[in-house]
Amino acid sequence: MSNATIISKTAVELSHSLSEKELSSQEVAQAYLEQIDRVDPQVHAFLHRDDDDFLAQANASDKRRAEGNTLGPLDGIPVAIKDVISVQGQPLTAASKILENYISPYDATVIRKLKDAGAVIGGRLNLDEFAMGSSTENSAYGPTRNPWDFNRVPGGSSGGSSAAVAAREAPLTLGSDTGGSIRQPASLCGVVGVKPTYGMVSRYGLAAFASSLDQIGPFSQTVEDAALLLETISGHDPLDSTSFPTEVPQYSAALRDPLTPCTLGLPKEFFGEGIDDEVRKAIDQTIEFYRSLGHKIVEISLPTTDLAVPVYYVIATAEASSNLARYDGIRYTSRSEQSENAINVYAKSRGEGFGEEVKRRCILGAYGLSSGYYDAYYLKAQKTRTLIREDFSRVFKEVDVILTPTAPTPAFKFGEKSNDPISMYLSDIFTISTNLAGLPALSVPCGFTNSGLPIGMQLIGQAFEESSLLSIAHAYDREHRFGCQSPNI
Amino acid sequence: MKFEAVIGLEVHVQLDTKSKMFTRVPCGFGKPPNSLTDAVVLGLPGALPVMNREAIDKSIKVGLLLGCKIAPVCKWDRKNYFYPDMPKNYQITQFDQPICEGGEVEIELPGDSPAVMGEHRMVKLTRIHLEEDVGKLTHYENDSLVDYNRAGSPLLEIVSEPDMYSPEETFSFLTSLRNSLIYAGISSCDMEKGQLRCDANISVRPVGTKTLGTKVELKNLNTISGVKNGVEYEIKRQIKAIEEKEEIVQETRRWNPDQRYTTPMRSKEMAHDYRYFPDPDLMPVKIDQAWIDGIAKQVPEKPFDKQRRYMSELNLPYSITSALCPDFSLCQYFELVASLTKDPKKVGNWVVNDLLRELSNANSETNPIPVEESPVTPQHLAELVDLIDQGVISNNVAKELFPEMFSSGKSASELVQEKGLEVKSDQGEIESICARAIENDPDAAQKFRDGKEGAINALKGFVMKETRGQANPKVVDTMLRNLLSN
Amino acid sequence: MSESDPNPMDIDYVSNLARIELTKEEREKFQHQLGDVLQYFEKLKEVDVDGVEPTAHAFPRFNVWDEDQAKEPFSVKQAIQNAPQSRNSQIVVPKVVED
Ligand SMILES: [Mg+2]
Ligand SMILES: [Zn+2]
Repeated sequence: MSNATIISKTAVELSHSLSEKELSSQEVAQAYLEQIDRVDPQVHAFLHRDDDDFLAQANASDKRRAEGNTLGPLDGIPVAIKDVISVQGQPLTAASKILENYISPYDATVIRKLKDAGAVIGGRLNLDEFAMGSSTENSAYGPTRNPWDFNRVPGGSSGGSSAAVAAREAPLTLGSDTGGSIRQPASLCGVVGVKPTYGMVSRYGLAAFASSLDQIGPFSQTVEDAALLLETISGHDPLDSTSFPTEVPQYSAALRDPLTPCTLGLPKEFFGEGIDDEVRKAIDQTIEFYRSLGHKIVEISLPTTDLAVPVYYVIATAEASSNLARYDGIRYTSRSEQSENAINVYAKSRGEGFGEEVKRRCILGAYGLSSGYYDAYYLKAQKTRTLIREDFSRVFKEVDVILTPTAPTPAFKFGEKSNDPISMYLSDIFTISTNLAGLPALSVPCGFTNSGLPIGMQLIGQAFEESSLLSIAHAYDREHRFGCQSPNI
Repeated sequence: MKFEAVIGLEVHVQLDTKSKMFTRVPCGFGKPPNSLTDAVVLGLPGALPVMNREAIDKSIKVGLLLGCKIAPVCKWDRKNYFYPDMPKNYQITQFDQPICEGGEVEIELPGDSPAVMGEHRMVKLTRIHLEEDVGKLTHYENDSLVDYNRAGSPLLEIVSEPDMYSPEETFSFLTSLRNSLIYAGISSCDMEKGQLRCDANISVRPVGTKTLGTKVELKNLNTISGVKNGVEYEIKRQIKAIEEKEEIVQETRRWNPDQRYTTPMRSKEMAHDYRYFPDPDLMPVKIDQAWIDGIAKQVPEKPFDKQRRYMSELNLPYSITSALCPDFSLCQYFELVASLTKDPKKVGNWVVNDLLRELSNANSETNPIPVEESPVTPQHLAELVDLIDQGVISNNVAKELFPEMFSSGKSASELVQEKGLEVKSDQGEIESICARAIENDPDAAQKFRDGKEGAINALKGFVMKETRGQANPKVVDTMLRNLLSN
Repeated sequence: MSESDPNPMDIDYVSNLARIELTKEEREKFQHQLGDVLQYFEKLKEVDVDGVEPTAHAFPRFNVWDEDQAKEPFSVKQAIQNAPQSRNSQIVVPKVVED
């Protein structure tokens, strides 16, 4: 089988080929390494690779298979990891200079689960520093390019994870989503990205940005692949006190069940001004498709929508200002050479080690918690967050899922928004409220602009109802498979 | 003008748990540096806290012991400040919903003499909350070293109201609190190991006024006597300042135990804007009545309650109870011996005088050996008391025997047999020695016959000396009186 | 941020709280940008949240804990492997100004 054929396959197809012995995991790993060698100098999705380790894992998988001890459908399948999730013995930079020399001494729970499933853990993927951004321009190690147009951003913060799947550098990747950081880059790169319900996937080993919002989730070409990866990494973890004790349904099996007619809600606040015409048109076509399948489409209202961005930025930056305090130049982060005492070792190491957006958000977050401002900012935002959650609860009495565009526009050009924080913050306007409500949501590719840029639709589900969310998404995806189209690179 | 001091204490107590507050790394003291850490203790990227149920149980127990109101719901907050001993640069603590509120600590002020009970009073508590400890910094000439072994250990902060008015009261407060905590098995409260640490808030005001003066926070009070001395010094300093028309600045000062004075510390470096907010990584704790009831069963009798019981039920004198009751283990020892014998008062005497003396003489390095490790077991002491009671040995012999029992670990009966120390009650032999006593000291004999009752003691002394204390004193007494009345 | 903003962020105070040293350029740029962001946050002021409970967790639960059982800690080597500077198994920090 040619390398081009191998890397064009979905994870489910690869898994099938492996079990049919048409392919070895070794061959799969080699094919991806070659593709990375070929395209990554331009895409720059990877911050770090450990090819020997990668091939050794693939070898081990082949050996298991030969002995009849295959661990499951992901055994032998490469999964590359956003550089914010701990893998023992591997670097974790969070795309920050301050973690330049850090090697993680332990595995994140999702990594342990993947290893238990036999997956071949791949390299470290680029992101906006500490997952703060929507374009992957805020990486201390240079931006990732959108495989569909190298002049454009891949989205962010999990831009390396989305670009790697789009550029066929990995069949599956993991990212993290705090305010849209999986869905928005998935949309901009034309792949599938899922943010699970808060508490479905353990955060243990994920370098925290905003603890009450962060979730790890999968990227893939198809919803089917995403379901497979998600069911592998989900589940209650005693090491994460916010992890929810619930059974993990077999999502990929559930996709095979016939879909009963359901109700899709279109929040009118999401369909106002500011949406690109081509995005609007693509979304209209998905709505028509669902209607044609016999599903009910209703207009709904989420009146708190325009509060989501300010609420999000108050809460996320406050939590971040505290979460990132540990990067201080003392125990494991780079220490400024200029520091002479314990007081300025902090300010100097952090001043030198953090990029602009991280500094901006840590300062903003500290401000919102500081004496005299807590009630007006943090507490007010927490209360308003309650109103946002209640909005969703009310709407979900009427509908099964909510359908929206994932992002208001297709991929934008480098530098277009990087000097205007607010316009950058607004690129997450459709994704942010789901994190505030803790709900599961995903982005599925739903077409291309005339200039060939991918467009994504977002489906938002009810808490812990990933199964039906994925099924509804799959109903569209199996007919269209836009994520299986490759950029010409 | 006369001044009075107003003092509040903040006491940090390390809970005795196997593992840390928010991760299951073992707690420990004196282990090699940085050998008790993990991702959570070090605050590595991705590490998350999981609370220790035992620490919450113990906190509820302390609350019940001190008569606090146990919060139906408490939560965790982050206190944000940068310091190298704190791995995450925030401390997980409880800000506005502590686990316990109110409560009080009974204290006893010094009496007129050690044998006289002093006045008792209740000192009010504000709150008790649970938090995590920090690591340990060692300072060198050009840099400092950090050991995170202690970091993350469960720490209880007990905050009193400004309800103490003299260094003696703070001393009594700490002593009483410490005794209670050890009683309940909460903590070993070893100040040398930093298991109990204390800060004091001190202000002074003219006697008769009600408003509080400007308060100074005093840190580094690391021994109970250090607390007393530091507080005493700081009160004097403040009074002197006021008398010299200087302004008291609200500040944090450090007690320097060697030079015995206080100095201001980290005024500018420490911004006191802690940006508290609820820790999103941890869920709150809900404490229902069933949980409280379960723990209430394990709450022991308080030291002063025990003391009152010993005095009223067992008829022990204050002087014995005041030596027994501060020490839970000693009381356990005492109660066991007392339950095996008839006379608690005698047992009390043995424990307080002889046992305590031997324990502190037999010190290993500087510390008395703990009563649990006493070579004289409660059973041994009970047997010794019985032997006296049955007249097998005299009290004097027993007193001499005790140190030997302690050093050899042998029982009294073993030693008595080995050495042939049984009391001599052989009438014939004792009679001849008594006769010799009268012969030897006709003066004393005459005085006794003339009605001086006390004169018989000289004769008895002779007999005891001759028999090396082994004559049965009752037999000797009867014999002498018989001989003298003839 | 405009000159007329009645309540500008004291950027020196806050960057000191956050222990982040800013260059002169960053300081000016942030002052301006964060002023705009705070202006944007003004929306929050209008929301009526009377009687609304704050959300700290999307799906709150109670009493998520472990039993008190000690597990294997990191080795000393693991503990200090990433330290910028260490000595005697401890992490070296510039002299702490104590008092
Ligand atoms: Mg305190
Ligand atoms: Zn404290």
